[in-house]
Amino acid sequence: MVTRKSRSEIERMRQAGRIVAEVLDKIGAELRPGVSTADLDALAEAHIRASGATPSFKGYPGVNPRRPFPASVCISIDDEIVHGIPGERTIRSGQIVSVDAGAIVDGWHGDGARTFYVGDPPARVRELIDLTNAAMLAGIAAAVPGNHIDDISAAVEDVARAAGFGIIRQFVGHGIGTAMHEEPQVPNYRTGRPGRKLEPGICLAIEPMFTLGTHDTRILPDDWTVVTADGSLAAHFEHSIAVTADGPRILTQA
Amino acid sequence: MAKRDAIEVEGTVIEPLPNTMFAVELENGHRVLAHISGKLRMNFIRILPGDRVRVELSPYDLTRGRITYRLK
Repeated sequence: MVTRKSRSEIERMRQAGRIVAEVLDKIGAELRPGVSTADLDALAEAHIRASGATPSFKGYPGVNPRRPFPASVCISIDDEIVHGIPGERTIRSGQIVSVDAGAIVDGWHGDGARTFYVGDPPARVRELIDLTNAAMLAGIAAAVPGNHIDDISAAVEDVARAAGFGIIRQFVGHGIGTAMHEEPQVPNYRTGRPGRKLEPGICLAIEPMFTLGTHDTRILPDDWTVVTADGSLAAHFEHSIAVTADGPRILTQA
Repeated sequence: MAKRDAIEVEGTVIEPLPNTMFAVELENGHRVLAHISGKLRMNFIRILPGDRVRVELSPYDLTRGRITYRLK
């Protein structure tokens, strides 16, 4: 069931969202060749905890119940789309790096992601990154009362189709509140069904995932990292938002 | 963190099982164990062997699903 959050509840999600945005800012500032993904994760966790929040990813269950997610952020490099696990890998110049972070404040969740490039990206990669972000913003713009989930999906899909990117189908945006993943699902493509009608108080995480090639995905033997089936590069952006009578309100900003 | 999509497929009901569960054979030949969604129950919609139905599969266990719609 899709719940509508009150103003004060949205305020707490806003606090969680602010911390998520700060984490992404900090990681963006530290991202350079030679830094390890574990270091970036440690930086994220320290900031989340120092802000009085709890990391939401650590311990989160996945496909394999015996292997919950072991870190506070997902760091996905090159052909990895989402859910890359921080570890000993070091960042190198020329990599496309997506970072996803989540925090809980007083039981209320924030979830956000950004894709960075280490160095100067080739034109098509720059396009992929910029347009994935633009698609997210277009989806957010469609999140107004009276619209349906499918209007968000359509706005996101149209940006990808115009640019010829692959659209990931097996992973979706989602409602968010006292749990990281709540109803409804927010696909990044039209499903043919209108979906839930949007009303003030509905909180969603809108997260397009686009690739330079296929939409097919594979999960690596670590039971988490999702990669493109054809090895093509992928970008991912995410904001948590609240639908309000005055328009969509982005929660995951500083 | 992105959520895994629940996969929707169509299949044919093979046989009823105890506790209003059904064995459904999907178009790809897989057999799944499916239960009736609350919406169908609430509207008193009967499911019989031979019905074509839409099934929502859990991404965490592809042998289990929920019957969400009975196609005409």
